[in-house]
Amino acid sequence: MSKILIRGAKVLGGEPQDVLIDGATIAEVGTGLSADGAEVVEAGGKVLLPGLVDLHTHLREPGREDSETVLTGTRAAASGGYTNVFAMANTFPVADTAGVVEQVWRLGRESGYCDVQPIGAVTVGLEGAKLAELGAMHESAAGVTVFSDDGKCVHDAVIMRRALEYVKAFDGVVAQHAQEPRLTEGAQMNEGVVSAELGLGGWPAVAEESVIARDVLLAEHVGSRVHICHLSTAGSVEIVRWAKSRGIDVTAEVTPHHLLLTDELVRSYNPVYKVNPPLRTERDVLALREALADGTIDIVATDHAPHPHEDKDCEWAAAAMGMVGLETALSVVQETMVETGLLDWAGVADRMSVKPARIGQATGHGRPVSAGEPANLTLVDTEYRGRVDPAGFASRSRNTPYEGRELPGRVTHTWLRGKATLVDGKLT
Amino acid sequence: MQRHLISAADLTRDDAVLILDTAEEMARVADRPIKKLPTLRGRTVVNLFFEDSTRTRISFEAAEKRLSADVINFTAKGSSVSKGESLKDTAQTLEAMGVDAVVIRHGASGAPYRLATSGWIDAAVVNAGDGTHQHPTQALLDAFTMRRRLVGRDAGLGKDLDGRRITLVGDILHSRVARSNVDLLHTLGAEVTLVAPPTLLPVGVETWPCEVSYDLDSTLPKSDAVMLLRVQRERMNAAFFPTEREYSRRYGLDGERMAKMPDHAIVMHPGPMVRGMEITAEVADSDRCTAVEQVTNGVSIRMAVLYLLLGGNEPAVTHARTSEEK
Repeated sequence: MSKILIRGAKVLGGEPQDVLIDGATIAEVGTGLSADGAEVVEAGGKVLLPGLVDLHTHLREPGREDSETVLTGTRAAASGGYTNVFAMANTFPVADTAGVVEQVWRLGRESGYCDVQPIGAVTVGLEGAKLAELGAMHESAAGVTVFSDDGKCVHDAVIMRRALEYVKAFDGVVAQHAQEPRLTEGAQMNEGVVSAELGLGGWPAVAEESVIARDVLLAEHVGSRVHICHLSTAGSVEIVRWAKSRGIDVTAEVTPHHLLLTDELVRSYNPVYKVNPPLRTERDVLALREALADGTIDIVATDHAPHPHEDKDCEWAAAAMGMVGLETALSVVQETMVETGLLDWAGVADRMSVKPARIGQATGHGRPVSAGEPANLTLVDTEYRGRVDPAGFASRSRNTPYEGRELPGRVTHTWLRGKATLVDGKLT
Repeated sequence: MQRHLISAADLTRDDAVLILDTAEEMARVADRPIKKLPTLRGRTVVNLFFEDSTRTRISFEAAEKRLSADVINFTAKGSSVSKGESLKDTAQTLEAMGVDAVVIRHGASGAPYRLATSGWIDAAVVNAGDGTHQHPTQALLDAFTMRRRLVGRDAGLGKDLDGRRITLVGDILHSRVARSNVDLLHTLGAEVTLVAPPTLLPVGVETWPCEVSYDLDSTLPKSDAVMLLRVQRERMNAAFFPTEREYSRRYGLDGERMAKMPDHAIVMHPGPMVRGMEITAEVADSDRCTAVEQVTNGVSIRMAVLYLLLGGNEPAVTHARTSEEK
């Protein structure tokens, strides 16, 4: 296979170095490396990161190919600097059997833009009543280790307990969408000052926090690990911080949009801001940033949730919940975490590649940028500033809350095991 | 005046007083043998009602007809909406038939705002009640009724409700009437107190420009007007209060409680009333209750709003939808 020399890249934001890729592997990292026989990419001070890993992506296939397919979703992932995405189970049919997870896994391999690791449903049909065949999904070709009913909460305490226990047999992890269903009946947005004024059904923070509190205690009781999806409130941060201090094996993720946007935006009644969990307050946003910086929150996960235009071009109550995020995630993290001084680029690599790969047991991803490692890499022009133009998205859907917003940073190159999937900002 | 009327919070004091004063002029039309003005002749108004509300629809229709507008009534039931047509397509279909204003009642909070701001249509939009958000013409007709009763029909012209003490009682949480009234009455200088069981007050109410109390009896002697809001019996099933009787005992207005109000104070109700629940028959039928008067005033207010949005000579009324420009 061919050689590629990335010249003058700030590896994890450090001093400029050269990185030589030989085939699927990083051959050498150093200064003044020979370009002999290699295709040269002049990095010119751009930042080189390990390929990003997203533990929370909705690829919509099978079932909602009008909003995204595995192919378009992985193209969006490559555009955003990702080399591995975990595909959520709330497809049609639900990914609750070995057959469906193998289908998604196979489609991922065929796409070639990004590794796709299917997530299996915890319960049959996401209905929260009966455990899906978790072992069968684990033993399938897809090798599922992360299980989630995301979109719905595993609200029954006994089912959650059993799931946490059961997956220990094969070192799996349950990723919980924490949302107490009774407290969120008819909920449309964060419950607080803005919902009171707008007359939209309130989604109280306690609906998330009470489930997280229960689940970390359950995890402690049965000695399991638990992962919390898209943590969105300051109170949730406090509970996870407490659980970690107690030695409970809990990890947590935050989405880019919860690091940047607040419920004030809902005043526009524009459903592009409608998302589950809902946008919260400024105080929550600041607590989430702080928690991501200090490690209470382990990772950034996009919760990339594509929806067709008609599902957002309507009144708020009728609109679907969710936002696309793969192609803007790194820019939002740069804006909210790097430019605020809360994280350096090594920290970004840790939160967006190393740790998510570890939680999801994604072999070959989230590895150091050093000789002998798989060449899963992302090159970022951190000096770039530009307005978000959804027309340029690789995703099939355009439901971004950032349209027209100026954001820093742009992924220019992505390599998946030495094969370029993105060159100069263009998909290969 | 702005081009649309979406929320009572969008009205300045001067806007609101202008509407109230205009409504007084409109009320005089009702005293004439021929209750009609030619103002909106040749203009088409559609009453786009996605929720059943016969009284509000009829009130708007009466106002439109008295201004000589051509009126189209559209109700969602049995229409293309029940077959899955979107709000956008419905609105665009109606506009394609050449409507100048859309009066919309919708179950989803924010639907009129979306209609006015999403670029779907060019027509003026009047909110006739959206979800649990706003019902601005109701607030205006309530303020109109208060000004007439508490300040005076002629003496009130040009004036607001400065210092008047208004108490709203009932299901604040689910009430667009309460939200609109709090906004408008505050703008007009009134002092507003909300009285409800804590379950029927929204989280976040503490930032509203009003006082909040759980105790009706202590509030009544300090009220110039007491407005009772309808409490739906179904709320009981969601544990907002234990029983109808308990609600009635703690928050219902009966003759005994009414006697605690100052002599000049009035009792208001936006209707429909649930007699025996939030109001007893004795109170509802008393001279102090303005419920029927509010209905009459509603027509005048809606005439004033449509006149100012579509036909008035205010410079801000720039609405001139012409197909040539499109």
